[in-house]
Amino acid sequence: MNTSSRHPTSPHLQIYRLPLTALLSVTHRATGVFLAIGSLLLIWVLAALAEGPEAYAQMQPLLQSWIGQLALLGITFSLYFHFCNGIRHLFWDVGMGFELETVDRTAKIVVVVSILLTAATWIIAMGVE
Amino acid sequence: MSDLRTPLSRVKGLGSAKDGTVHFWHQRLTALALIPLVLWFGFGLASLPSDYTTLTGFIQNPVVAVGLILLIIMVFYHAQLGLQIVLEDYVSSHAKRTVAIILSGFINLIFAIVGIVAVLKILLGA
Repeated sequence: MNTSSRHPTSPHLQIYRLPLTALLSVTHRATGVFLAIGSLLLIWVLAALAEGPEAYAQMQPLLQSWIGQLALLGITFSLYFHFCNGIRHLFWDVGMGFELETVDRTAKIVVVVSILLTAATWIIAMGVE
Repeated sequence: MSDLRTPLSRVKGLGSAKDGTVHFWHQRLTALALIPLVLWFGFGLASLPSDYTTLTGFIQNPVVAVGLILLIIMVFYHAQLGLQIVLEDYVSSHAKRTVAIILSGFINLIFAIVGIVAVLKILLGA
């Protein structure tokens, strides 16, 4: 590589520390793909409910196992993260919030609010059970 | 001229994006619709016990059933629009990419319809 070249090079991902916004951008995509797969769980539960009490009783232990609960927690957080960061994108789409300071602040808000929404949902759910 | 197509028809569409802003626009519209739907669904489901009778009783409320069907349509359409972009970005072979997008579209459509039929079945108690 010609090191004297003034041509800009792309960040070397193993060395370059991604800014928060770049990290959120990758996470937005990853959670989106994860949710696309997770949404099949919703259909599975609906189909079991439609099938009858026996079919639902068959799948309930899996949902209540630690692996089922972990999957549900992952889906909940991914859902709220994608939700919050998606709203951030919608503001960008109308041309708002592009100042670097704002971009950094809204990134932090997205992380905090998605954790709070996840916690609120699980606290409510555990209070009901 | 040993071709059935006219010179114009052979060049039509070459070099264009093949479509306009429909993909972008629909992704935003579904996102917008999902804002209230996700909050309602997330907190609504969390505040219910997860036994069979409660859940089916919940879905048998027509307002809930309509909300769920809307949610399913928006979720799976939004998912397909997003997956399409991801596939376009990471699958470099044109043929494989096209097949993957078509397959993903069919799968999303099938699951959406299964979900809607399940909601209707529960609603009508059939």
